[in-house]
Amino acid sequence: MDNSTLIGMASIITAGLTIAIGAIGPALGEGRAVAQALSAIAQQPDEKNTITRTLFVGLAMIESTAIYCFVISMILIFVNPFWNYMIAR
Amino acid sequence: MDPMSLKDISPDAVILWQGKGISLNATILFTWLVLLLLTLVSWLATRNLSAGIKISRWQNLLEALVSGIRNQIHEVCQRKTDRYLPFIGALFLYIAACNFLTIFPGYLAPTGSLSTTVALAICVFIAVPVFGVADQGLRGYLKRYIQPNVFMLPFHVIGEFSRTLALAVRLFGNIMSGTKIVAILIAIAPLFFPIFMHALGLLTGLIQAYIFAILAMVYIASATRTQQEKEEAARSQSETTANQTSLDNRKEIGKNG
Repeated sequence: MDNSTLIGMASIITAGLTIAIGAIGPALGEGRAVAQALSAIAQQPDEKNTITRTLFVGLAMIESTAIYCFVISMILIFVNPFWNYMIAR
Repeated sequence: MDPMSLKDISPDAVILWQGKGISLNATILFTWLVLLLLTLVSWLATRNLSAGIKISRWQNLLEALVSGIRNQIHEVCQRKTDRYLPFIGALFLYIAACNFLTIFPGYLAPTGSLSTTVALAICVFIAVPVFGVADQGLRGYLKRYIQPNVFMLPFHVIGEFSRTLALAVRLFGNIMSGTKIVAILIAIAPLFFPIFMHALGLLTGLIQAYIFAILAMVYIASATRTQQEKEEAARSQSETTANQTSLDNRKEIGKNG
């Protein structure tokens, strides 16, 4: 197995693992956040606007970790620097 | 004009025209188009404004938009100020327009390129200290960095940079993932499914524009917080006195009745 095959294989497997593992934490966190926000709205419907806005901002914060993982896996697949280096050589 | 192929990660890679040492990529072209469109629409809509009862449709639209953004800003920074309206409103309208125009075939959202989102995030990065210093002076602003004690200084500085990075990568990742998923679905199931993902992409685009603007506002509000706390204390005091007077009024009414 030569170097370019190894790099390609490692990149693809790592990209899949990155997004798979990286999606677990934010999914659990977002589920918890939405559940809490829903029960808060059920208890205090008057504060709906504030809760919804804070929920969206918080969800964006939580989601950004998953987005980082996604960006890393996209970089590994589309613009992999090691792969480009091997191809250019 | 052929849209982005599956191999390209951002519209930066789509070179439309190449001159001597200068190349025009899709990001720059569509940014110009969006800016032109926004300017043209606002110019046409604000050409003959009227304060009367009869207003044009476009004025109605712009009034609804501006007052909506204004209410959101007032709710986040909890005081009635219009100082942040131009900056936050421009961020929101620009990102929302960029993301909404993807309904036109052949258009690539400039926000799907890391260069655009980093530029927007750097605008926020510069705007936070500018508004902070303008609000509470250089000393007051810098004091925020050593707030609990001086050991927190590195964490404040790291936080400043990491949230800027997060702001840029979040917008880029969301928009890029939307276009990428549509491109992949067109390759494997081209009949109906890309439409649903495209609709989801429009929703995500609007939410991301909202989140970008709100986060920028939250950061600016946190840099100008001490002022706000002072005002809040004053307001709560006046509120208690107002409550007292209303109670007194009610008592009097009860006495009279």
